[in-house]
Amino acid sequence: MAKKPKVAFYWCASCGGCEEAVVDLAEAVLDVVAAVDIVFWPVALDFKVEDVEAMKDGSITVSFINGAVRLSEQEEMAKLLRKKSQVVIAFGSCSHMGGIPGLANLWDKDSIFDYYYHKGPTVQGQNGSEPLMKVEVPEGVLELPSFWDTVKSLDQVIKVDYYLPGCPPTPKLLANAVQALLSGKLPPPGSVLAGTRALCHECNLNESKPEKLLLKELKRVHEVQVDPKKCLLAQGVLCLGPVTRGGCEALCIGGNMPCTGCFGPTDEVKDYGAKGVAFLSSIVDFNEEKDIAKVLEKVPDPVGLFYRYSLPTSFMRRTLEVKRE
Amino acid sequence: MTGATKQIVVNPITRLEGHGRIVIFLDDRGDVSRAYFQVPELRGFENFLVGRQAEDAPQITSRICGVCPTAHHMAATRALDDLFKVEPTKTAKKIREMLYSVFILEDHSLHLFFLGGPDFIVGPTAPKGDRNILGVLQKVGLEVGKKVIFMRKDLRNIIQELGGKVIHPVFGLPGGVAKGVTEEARDRYAKVADRGVEFALFCEKVLEDLVLSNKDYVNMIVSDAYTHRTSYMGLMDKNNHVNFYDGMIRVVDPSGKETEKFRVQDYLSHIAEHSEPWTYVKFPYLKRLGWHGFVDGPESGIYSVAPLARLNASDGMATPNAQKLYEKFFKTLGTKPVHHTLANHWARVIEIVYAAERFKELVNDPDITGTDIRAIPTEKPSEGMGVVEAPRGTLIHHYKSDERGILTGANLLVATQHNSARMAMSVDKAARSAIKGGVVNDGILNQIEMAFRAYDPCHACATHSMPGSMPLRVQIFDADGKIYKELSR
Repeated sequence: MAKKPKVAFYWCASCGGCEEAVVDLAEAVLDVVAAVDIVFWPVALDFKVEDVEAMKDGSITVSFINGAVRLSEQEEMAKLLRKKSQVVIAFGSCSHMGGIPGLANLWDKDSIFDYYYHKGPTVQGQNGSEPLMKVEVPEGVLELPSFWDTVKSLDQVIKVDYYLPGCPPTPKLLANAVQALLSGKLPPPGSVLAGTRALCHECNLNESKPEKLLLKELKRVHEVQVDPKKCLLAQGVLCLGPVTRGGCEALCIGGNMPCTGCFGPTDEVKDYGAKGVAFLSSIVDFNEEKDIAKVLEKVPDPVGLFYRYSLPTSFMRRTLEVKRE
Repeated sequence: MTGATKQIVVNPITRLEGHGRIVIFLDDRGDVSRAYFQVPELRGFENFLVGRQAEDAPQITSRICGVCPTAHHMAATRALDDLFKVEPTKTAKKIREMLYSVFILEDHSLHLFFLGGPDFIVGPTAPKGDRNILGVLQKVGLEVGKKVIFMRKDLRNIIQELGGKVIHPVFGLPGGVAKGVTEEARDRYAKVADRGVEFALFCEKVLEDLVLSNKDYVNMIVSDAYTHRTSYMGLMDKNNHVNFYDGMIRVVDPSGKETEKFRVQDYLSHIAEHSEPWTYVKFPYLKRLGWHGFVDGPESGIYSVAPLARLNASDGMATPNAQKLYEKFFKTLGTKPVHHTLANHWARVIEIVYAAERFKELVNDPDITGTDIRAIPTEKPSEGMGVVEAPRGTLIHHYKSDERGILTGANLLVATQHNSARMAMSVDKAARSAIKGGVVNDGILNQIEMAFRAYDPCHACATHSMPGSMPLRVQIFDADGKIYKELSR
């Protein structure tokens, strides 16, 4: 019998949702386990970093890495897995584009510490301490990992072969990716393993999407009760389906809420947010600046809307040096 | 203190430096001089919420935790009701609470079988390789395992259907929910609810049969190593029964006497947070009593949340089977409040029964299929607070906004944070009791780990350590800082 492919899972700065997505394979997880050898999965199995270090370079068939990178040890682990793996897949929005924790790149370490330990309503006026990287306690010395100023996507620290997008990726896409790996039918390196077209093409409401989308008014989600049978854009709700890669089967729209873009852009687009802004300007049906401004009052936070999952990989990302203490 | 000669670091390598470790200092006799529980993680959500559109807070904050996203989503949604000054409709409230009961049932039972449960079901000193879901399956049988997997799937499918996604749902809006329940869906859910109640009672029986009938386990639960006399906090309905979705925050002191009861809008008068330089996590305490360090007792401001705390802070459960079990719980353990941390596991299965019964009540409520699922806000937004009981305890979201509904401030008190001081004490105490004369082995380390796993492994929405078997690396250093012993499991 041929040797089973070796698979590793690892998490960096993440919420645990990507791990839950693996568990959500439910009974299918047993098929995966039967077809591959899981050689490293800290969340579920007891293999050590030393075990990975001892492996031959390139001996892991594929590593799935989720979470953004914001601690030095996450970067080291990513580099180690890169060395030991033939294929590395960035799993989930954080690893793919920086994700929601990437919004922290609007701030830096000092401002975050200042609010969290000194200015927040439950700490203010207490003159409390903030975490130190090294502190002497009566019994000895305690250390903490340093907190970077900047959150990074996985491909900003190592070479990534494929991306599984989504916050989190659906179990179906994961199962498909594993199948593709097992059968050796892999797409070209750098591919995003989801749909190739915009979400609208798989959305149940696509038929009610107007041929030419022109709006004189936008509505924020809390201001309107949507008709669940009609394209949200046609109802003035800024759904990002037209600029977002498909593959999720329009789950949020099935919940009567707009797409917020967690799958990122389609292949031909490099900067998701820029594409989103371009899309917005194409649907506002006014020419006068004051009319346009009126419509845009309903988009008061374009960064949070268009870069919610991708600020660290935006062209507009800051070029601050990352401090490593 | 001088004389601390050895240092043991228990580092969940699952998280490397990311999410939580225990550092144990030994004195020259090889006894524990102090064990520190460090949470080395911070993500700055409170900062980057500022500038965001308020209505997006439920979706942004769910990303604090992918294991309990529904809890953050719901707490934020309730804070938005307050911020936008809008009362949710009758149907919306019931749909929210039904969905939330499904979530609690699903999340708590995950804990029982996958996470903390293996410690007890398989056994605290069983070989590490058996202390996981597979070991649980061996003990309870594959049929039972399938039952668990399919129950979880049915429950999560309901959340997905109503909430769009089960991991990071999208249903919550100020004044209501985005999607209603059709009669066809209600009939399907009702069947799941019937099975849910059966399943919950079965979970309770598993715990009773395997754990409570075993004298050694019971002795461990009530042993001093896992005991702290703190205050307890929980969200209560008007009868002082445990409620996960709505009510007043009630605090009882270590003798069980009610000392505080307040609306979430008054939380700043009751709760403040202390910080230490050796950890990223903050330590909430009762303002009335103040911060006096890591000590328990009636003068200490340290309090506890989560299942045991909720039962301790309540006068009962609002559903019949849960109430019976509640009475049995306190009768068996002989006191109220119960101060034994490990009793959290039993308290959790009682809550599983409550959540299932509450789910069944709500799905059969005629209002649940109502079409009045939204009240559209009309007032200018300004400030709002919301509270729910997350599986892991009281969860408070607090937002401020400008008139456009752009957030200008945020403060989040997450469930496990409330427990962080007591958890730090538990780890220290368990270490003192388990390590004597420098003797350290696998089972002993697991007992220390059990001290915090009882609160919940997804602890603080900061560590998200899922497994029953958390891989550990232990290094023992001599006085010169050289490793003289290295253990792993």
